Amino acid sequence: METVILLAPLAGAIICGFGWRLIGEQAGMVIATAILFLCMLLSWIVFLGHDGETSRIVLMRFIDSGTLSTDWAIRLDRLTAIMLVVVTTVSALVHLYSFGYMAHDDNWRHGEHYRARFFAYLSFFTFAMLALVTSDNLVQMFFGWEGVGVASYLLIGFYWRKGSANAAAIKAFVVNRIGDFGFALGIFALFYLTDAVSFDVIFGAAPRLAETEIAFLWTSWNAAELIAFLLFVGAMGKSAQLFLHTWLPDAMEGPTPVSALIHAATMVTAGVFLVCRMSPVMEFAPGATAFITWIGAATAFFAATVGLVQNDIKRVIAYSTCSQLGYMFVAAGVGVYSVAMFHLFTHAFFKAMLFLGAGSVIHGMHHEQDMRNYGGLRHKLPWTFAAMLVGTLAITGVGIPLTQYGFAGFVSKDAIIESAFAAGELPVFWLLVAGAAMTSFYSWRLMFMTFWGSPRGDHHTHEHAHESPRTMLMPLAVLAAGSVLAGMVWYNSFFGKEETVKAWFGIPVAEAATDASGDAAGHAPAAEAHAGGDAVHGAAALPGEGAIYIGPDNHVLHDAHYVPAWVRAAPFVAMLLGLAVAFQFYIRRPDWPAALARNQRPLYLFLLNKWYFDEIYDFLFVRSARAIGRLLWKKGDGAVIDGSINGLAMGVVPFMTRLAARAQSGYVFHYAFAMVLGIAILVTWMTLSAGGN
Amino acid sequence: MTRADLIAVLPEALLALFALTALMWGAFGGKDRIARPLLYATAAMLALLALWIGSAGGGASTAFGGMFVNDAFARFAKVTILVAAAAVLVMGEDFLARRDLLRFEYPVLVALAVLGMMMMVSAGDLMALYMGLELQSLALYVIAAMRRDSLKSTEAGLKYFVLGALASGLLLYGASLTYGYAGTTTFAGILAAVRDSTLPLGLLFGLVFLVAGLAFKVSAVPFHMWTPDVYEGAPTPVTAFFATAPKVGAMALFARLLHDAFGPAGHDWGQIVAFLAVASMFLGAVAAIGQRDIKRLMAYSSIGHMGFALVGLAAGSATGVQAMLVYLAIYVTMNVGVFAFILSMERDGRHVTDIASLSLLARAEPTAALALLILLFSLAGVPPLVGFFAKYGVLVAAVQADMVWLALAGVIASVIGAFYYLRIVYLMYFGQEGEGLDGAMSWSQRALLVAAAAVMLVGVVNLFGIEGPAAAAAAALVR
Repeated sequence: METVILLAPLAGAIICGFGWRLIGEQAGMVIATAILFLCMLLSWIVFLGHDGETSRIVLMRFIDSGTLSTDWAIRLDRLTAIMLVVVTTVSALVHLYSFGYMAHDDNWRHGEHYRARFFAYLSFFTFAMLALVTSDNLVQMFFGWEGVGVASYLLIGFYWRKGSANAAAIKAFVVNRIGDFGFALGIFALFYLTDAVSFDVIFGAAPRLAETEIAFLWTSWNAAELIAFLLFVGAMGKSAQLFLHTWLPDAMEGPTPVSALIHAATMVTAGVFLVCRMSPVMEFAPGATAFITWIGAATAFFAATVGLVQNDIKRVIAYSTCSQLGYMFVAAGVGVYSVAMFHLFTHAFFKAMLFLGAGSVIHGMHHEQDMRNYGGLRHKLPWTFAAMLVGTLAITGVGIPLTQYGFAGFVSKDAIIESAFAAGELPVFWLLVAGAAMTSFYSWRLMFMTFWGSPRGDHHTHEHAHESPRTMLMPLAVLAAGSVLAGMVWYNSFFGKEETVKAWFGIPVAEAATDASGDAAGHAPAAEAHAGGDAVHGAAALPGEGAIYIGPDNHVLHDAHYVPAWVRAAPFVAMLLGLAVAFQFYIRRPDWPAALARNQRPLYLFLLNKWYFDEIYDFLFVRSARAIGRLLWKKGDGAVIDGSINGLAMGVVPFMTRLAARAQSGYVFHYAFAMVLGIAILVTWMTLSAGGN
Repeated sequence: MTRADLIAVLPEALLALFALTALMWGAFGGKDRIARPLLYATAAMLALLALWIGSAGGGASTAFGGMFVNDAFARFAKVTILVAAAAVLVMGEDFLARRDLLRFEYPVLVALAVLGMMMMVSAGDLMALYMGLELQSLALYVIAAMRRDSLKSTEAGLKYFVLGALASGLLLYGASLTYGYAGTTTFAGILAAVRDSTLPLGLLFGLVFLVAGLAFKVSAVPFHMWTPDVYEGAPTPVTAFFATAPKVGAMALFARLLHDAFGPAGHDWGQIVAFLAVASMFLGAVAAIGQRDIKRLMAYSSIGHMGFALVGLAAGSATGVQAMLVYLAIYVTMNVGVFAFILSMERDGRHVTDIASLSLLARAEPTAALALLILLFSLAGVPPLVGFFAKYGVLVAAVQADMVWLALAGVIASVIGAFYYLRIVYLMYFGQEGEGLDGAMSWSQRALLVAAAAVMLVGVVNLFGIEGPAAAAAAALVR
């Protein structure tokens, strides 16, 4: 079954991508979509029926080279099961949605076939993503990792007639290369130290890595710290974390279904998945996880601030995605991997829906993406409006405070914020709460600007605004259901009592005194047990047992349930604050935003220009790289290489040719003189060299 | 003079007899009327001898007290010389006949020159060496000036004669120095003298002068100056002859002298030969660029190619000699093909040798142009043609002899040299509209041109198996 899930999308991509000329474009698209729905069905069966036990399905021998030998295998555990449903569900719905969204497109000329290609790319992406999440070893994962990178590149640049789309595709690819370089170095380091790339071996060796020093660059490092850091660099690139985030907003140049599938729900969360997957290594690298926490918090805050002032509807959601990914990394960084996966899971639903909803609006508004030209659309697009409203309620975190009942985002985001507090990272906690307030503000701003108020912009466009076809609304309905329910249904599994979570993730629960003494005093005996020696230590789970590993000293998950009430209420209050400000700014006094932007112009420009990251990178890297390239091209290649060859070919050789021609004077005595000269030289030379002997 | 001696020199004796009989018959019989049958008869005679010598196996034997050596090396060189001479005779017949140059002396002199070359490559003594060399040279002086009413032809003959006399003088001086210090003129005796002690300075001087004399014959820089003038001035069939058989004879003699007589002093003469090789390769490549006349161009081309052949000799090893012999055989084949074409270059009944007249040949004569293209690419050493493997062989020999710098110089020179070959190709295919050629090729010229081009292509498979005999020849020489 898992094999079918993994390989069927590849078959779909091949059939649709190459076979559509034989079977027709429509048929190819239908086949690709049907295959994805089958995968979705099977994935849910796997997910719901999974008992938490890790199993391994070998498909074929992958690589045999020296000591590097690895299978192509599927590692099926809870993490994989979660990712399977996320990927296949969103992908299947996006396939369906694309029937409507891609039906007519002004970027293509009449009679051009682009839809089958689009579906083939989507299916190929799905295959690559599944290869990533089902991988049993790092090399296979890297294959999937690069595969999704390629698919992302192809899809961002899908409108290849648009220069901006091509530039964005290249930017995404290049920025990801930086991350991938770190990831690859991490894999090399692991292989160097453990002589293996398979997860089982690496996880087993994780405690040993923590005691190993490895020389890298100018000094020696703790191996676990260095590897965790390098792997996280890979995750930063893929998941658009601060400093490597610049590609994600630009990636919105791709068609909107692509943004929903790749740049919201699945590919960008691969970094979070990687960190969770490598949790046995991460747990032994406190420095690297602190770094992850801080980067995540900074990203969550930074992206939210930028999201406040963007006007392009897709860019707002893109920064929102960036920000939410930061939340996930905070969770992973403080050691509650289950919570990180929880937010990944719920976020996939509501963020995919927000994107698809935005796509519906864009579709209805004839590819107008500037929110300043929207307004009052809730009557024209009632179903889209309803779906977007659910999505907004979910992302902003609406629910009943101090309980576990609420929209998906309420449950999972609050879990992260509580965990951050429980981990003792107060600044991180406050950054996240501030981020939550801003999330609420920009989300409601988007809603108010789009669906409320009076129509702005082109009168003609507004008159022809229309609701989207059923193929586009159906996925919205499914995702809306998920946005409402996903949090509440799986609350206990991801963020319930420690035993529940451990059982769900297949971690063997120690039966000994540790748990019997109860939750309240849980960690004191655990610490004792840890100090007590191997006999007691053996009771705790070892790295590699279960889908995630929670170190014996890691009690954040437990402590997060015992944070003060004000902490638990804080995100909700922040949400209300954001909503109130947005309401004041965009419903009651629509003139305020402009006035504020005028009064605080530097701040406004700072945010509007995304903290000038692109400009700084352009100055630091792009220009300098271009200058180096220019230097090598003009000076190195042009002047030195071409110059010397040309100089030889067009200067020295012709000069010598003329010289030879002049020597060939036609006079016999010149010729004879040359011969005598020659023999004189030879005799002198031989005499001298023989004399030397 | 024993029976064994006579059997050893039987091919040479027969050729001498043939030449003398032909001379008598021509002088007292048919005069120039018999020139054409005589030419074909000579060619047939040479071909038959080549067949005979080529099929005669056996080891090494000496005759006349070591003055004459008949070994695998000599046989390889002789076959190459004979085949080249026969081919050149046949393809020049049409050219000579139409310009009223077909004298009966021409085939006779060629036969005598070939006889001289055969003596050279079999020489086992300085006397025999000089005798063969002079027999060959005197014949060549005469045929260079065969066109007596042409200023250029007579000038060429005279220049060649004067400079050749100077070279002969150098050679003789070297021979007498060698005799003075070694006490003998036989190669075996000199070898013993060289082997016994470190090379005395006098013997070294003798070696240098001998090398200089031979370098003149192979037109190695700086003893090359006669080559372009003689090539240009001599009638084209004679030029074709100059560019082929005598080069093989002189190179073979060069190798014979250095290995048979001065083998242990390889370190000393290796330097000289390497110097000659580098100078020849570079001058051949550089000076040819400036040429507008294809015969002069081929002169510089042959200087460059002799440089490459000398690289194999400079390596001082059996591999080097083998590579040199293979190089010579391939070089001769290429030159026969190219000269077969040059002989046919004609406009309004006049022979033209201007390179510009080759413009857009590909349109008028696609087959000939294609064959010439293959030959020129092969001369330039473009893989996968046979010419590449010829160069590759000598360069590998140099590298194996720890003379990487020499191989490197060879590669650079061949890059420079590729230019002028490719320019001809460029002219043939993309040149300017202009006065083209209008002459027709005779059957023999066309056949040799196409055959040579075909050899360049097909020979890639196994070089027609010449590597085996060449290896045997090298093994016979380098002991």
